[in-house]
Amino acid sequence: MSEEKFDCIIVGGGLAGLTAAYVLAGAGLDTLLVEKGNYSGAKNMTGGRLYGHSLERLIPGFAESAPVERRIVKERFSRGADGELTTMEYDNAGLSAPEGESYAVLRGVFDRWLADRAEEQGAMLVYGVRVDDLLVQDGKVCGVIAGVEEMEADTVILADGVNSLLAQKLGYKPVLRPDQAAVGVKELLGLSEEAINQRFDVDSGKGVAWIFNGCGDVYDGFLYTNKDSVSVGVTMMLEDIDKTENSVPQMLEDFKNSPQIAPLLEGGRLLEYSAHLIPEGGVGMLPQLYGDGVLIAGDAAALCANLGFTLRGMDLAVESGRLAAETVLAAKEQGDFSAQTLSAYQAVLSDSFVMACMKGEAACRAAVKADNCKDDPLGVFNGLMSEAGIR
Amino acid sequence: MAAKVNVAEKLGVNKFHTDEHNSHIDVDMEYPDKNEIDRVVRVCPASVYSVDENGVFFFEYLGCLECGSCKALSEGKLIKAWNYPSGTLGIEYRLG
Repeated sequence: MSEEKFDCIIVGGGLAGLTAAYVLAGAGLDTLLVEKGNYSGAKNMTGGRLYGHSLERLIPGFAESAPVERRIVKERFSRGADGELTTMEYDNAGLSAPEGESYAVLRGVFDRWLADRAEEQGAMLVYGVRVDDLLVQDGKVCGVIAGVEEMEADTVILADGVNSLLAQKLGYKPVLRPDQAAVGVKELLGLSEEAINQRFDVDSGKGVAWIFNGCGDVYDGFLYTNKDSVSVGVTMMLEDIDKTENSVPQMLEDFKNSPQIAPLLEGGRLLEYSAHLIPEGGVGMLPQLYGDGVLIAGDAAALCANLGFTLRGMDLAVESGRLAAETVLAAKEQGDFSAQTLSAYQAVLSDSFVMACMKGEAACRAAVKADNCKDDPLGVFNGLMSEAGIR
Repeated sequence: MAAKVNVAEKLGVNKFHTDEHNSHIDVDMEYPDKNEIDRVVRVCPASVYSVDENGVFFFEYLGCLECGSCKALSEGKLIKAWNYPSGTLGIEYRLG
């Protein structure tokens, strides 16, 4: 690697990091992104559904060329247990404007597309390199360390995901606690496009996002339709492992075999089995987001909101990546990369939909409390829809 | 519910670049608390941790999906240290 000093080094080639790289390189900054996987998305998975608005703002009409699986036109929210299920469906008939759309995506595919866009803007993307530590001088972050290699930069953006070992090393973030994260485990099952269209009552290119709340003793379920596959999985708050005797992989098996789900998956061929942590600590879990020479974005900053009927992290990652990059651009203009200058990031984040979404989480969580659901499922759904606020 | 999960079969469809010689997780194989071992065994999506019928504790990191659940649940107890595998190695999601 060269001896040059970069304007910015980004750690992590997921959506937050790639968005930051896209913006910074597009503005002419010397930008290096370092990713430990062999390509962007190699270590990433989602349920999952991407709300398009924040990426739409960056790359208008992105869904026309990006590898999105299906546009979500129906969302279903189910409550149930012991073989009984109550389901509510919201159908937007595909009438939304592009900024109101959401899409089923597969990250191993989607992130590579965004990486290509960032490279087109002039960002340098390096793969297969794990950043082990940060270069810190007099309390200021001034680069990264990977093995024996040191790379310097005026600023570093940490977009290294939910575990963000680097933010922990910096002391910006305590070790993740079992009450702050859920484990998500998923199977990607191959089915023909026609079978999916028929089973979920959708046309080609259009799909379903489906959340199953409280179906198991301690887990929630999810199901998303892709072009010719279905993403099916469960999530469980880590601390809830003490409330069950079941294992997490068995929970997924149980969910798949439940009477309402099994027929939808029949004949599906396993294409991939994946797992990831989801930051679910809400606003109380947010780490210190900036410091001298450093900013934190995406899952690394715990920017993820479980709104009960839907889970949002990817659109928050994109927006926080963009805002972090714009903060770096302003700092570059002033030639000042101090914590004081970079604190503008926290301010713009607070004014953005990201923090509104994070704050909405607490209200939504209260609304899906099990006892509420039992007595008044419809009220819960309405409450969720209004508490969520932002669509 | 009936069907017992077969995690090894599921991991078999995944692509891994295995690091045969270096484990990215340092586990206390002598950890005395059976209950703590049990919760880590059950939380891991990849069945990296297991206890056989004789009560012997096993750890096999090669199928790890790098989620960090064991770290968040038991670091400082069963898990002595946890890092991602070295660059290029470990799970590689083709689809994600």
